[in-house]
Amino acid sequence: MAEAIGWIGAVLVIAAVGLSIAGAVGVLRFPDVYTRIHAASITDTGAASLMTLGLLLMAGFSPAAIKLCIVWVFIMLTSPAAAHALAGAAFGSGHRPVLADPRQPSEDEA
Amino acid sequence: MSLLLASPELELVFSALLLTLVAGLVVALLAARSVLTCILLMSAFSLTMALWLMTMDAPDVAFTEASVGAGVSTMILLGAALSSTDVIPSLRPGRLWFPAVACLAAFIGMALIVPDLPVFGDPGSPPSAYVGRLYLEQTPHDIGAPNVVTAVLASYRGFDTLGETTVIFAAGVGVLLLLGGQVRSPDAAPEDVSLRASAGSPVLSVAARLLIPIICLYAFYVLAHGEFGAGGGFQAGVILAAALILHALVFGVRETMKALPVGVVRACAALGVLGYAAVGFLAILNGGRFLDYDALLSPVFEAGLPSSHLAGGHHHWGQRIGILAIETGVMLAVASTMTAIFYAFTGRVSRSDAAGAS
Repeated sequence: MAEAIGWIGAVLVIAAVGLSIAGAVGVLRFPDVYTRIHAASITDTGAASLMTLGLLLMAGFSPAAIKLCIVWVFIMLTSPAAAHALAGAAFGSGHRPVLADPRQPSEDEA
Repeated sequence: MSLLLASPELELVFSALLLTLVAGLVVALLAARSVLTCILLMSAFSLTMALWLMTMDAPDVAFTEASVGAGVSTMILLGAALSSTDVIPSLRPGRLWFPAVACLAAFIGMALIVPDLPVFGDPGSPPSAYVGRLYLEQTPHDIGAPNVVTAVLASYRGFDTLGETTVIFAAGVGVLLLLGGQVRSPDAAPEDVSLRASAGSPVLSVAARLLIPIICLYAFYVLAHGEFGAGGGFQAGVILAAALILHALVFGVRETMKALPVGVVRACAALGVLGYAAVGFLAILNGGRFLDYDALLSPVFEAGLPSSHLAGGHHHWGQRIGILAIETGVMLAVASTMTAIFYAFTGRVSRSDAAGAS
């Protein structure tokens, strides 16, 4: 039973690694600031949560598990706030989202 | 006992010659009026100091002085001088083959030396065999701190660390003098909205309210943890300053200056260094030597304390209190210097603003 839980944890960690790679590709390939922040936030929150959950299952009931929970709370406090601040600062300094529809002009061109 | 020179008389003559050269270079530096001359003289000064440090059997410091003082600093200063065309209008790059050949020769020479270096972790190598082994063997008896790095940094070589703390303080004073035109009262600080990441966002202010106390607490944890593992005053000071800078970024530098005035921060930077030195003088007053923590507590008082759980119960309370005291001084100096520099940069009033206000 404990071994099976450990394997589930390992699968979750691998899924988190996949999300991290997807986020990294998104940061490099997406067209503007806001979509890139979106990609980075997936790594920050989704991948970090999956990773913590996987490590929790692998660690079992131990002092390490409590530390992992504290780390998770800390990440969930800081990462979304940082992404929010980044997006706010980008909007404040005049960046406007790149819009898909060419008939709808962005505010930069207007 | 020099690595380079056999007889002590010769060493004295060599040392005197080098120091005379250093003094001459300083006089020439003071008299020089051209930026380029100053940069080259400072480079020569650093190289001469590196040579002198070699005669003092301090090759590590000599290497640092030669690479940072004579090498990188000169390059940065030359680059800055060359990029401002009004300083050196008529300097053209010359032929590059001679520097290229010199660099290649130095590289080949160093590559030839590499095989003679001891293998990493070799117990017979000079760093592991003499002083390093002595520290590892003596620390449990002398200091009692589980972390030998902290024992060396804060106790065995506490005088060095006092010098490093003073260097940080002096660097902070230098930055403040260079920037100039700083505000002292919070109301005079420019309320630059672009500096504030939040601009009234409740998300950030709630997150910062939650995080800043935790970051401060963590700084003190790192400070106290230095004796047992990774940590210490320098790291703790940086973390504490990061909490203060976060506060300024989220709530605006005016609010931070109201909570922690500029004068208090500057005084704390000096107080950290002074507190460190005061521990040393306290040891002298108690009959020991400068920074000899064993003399901090009287033997009668220490006998009444429970024996230290760390090792042997051998006079370790003085060491523990002394290390914690000087690390606190380091933390205060580092955190205050960083905050003072941050205040100096963010709180700068531009000349036109100052003229408009007055």
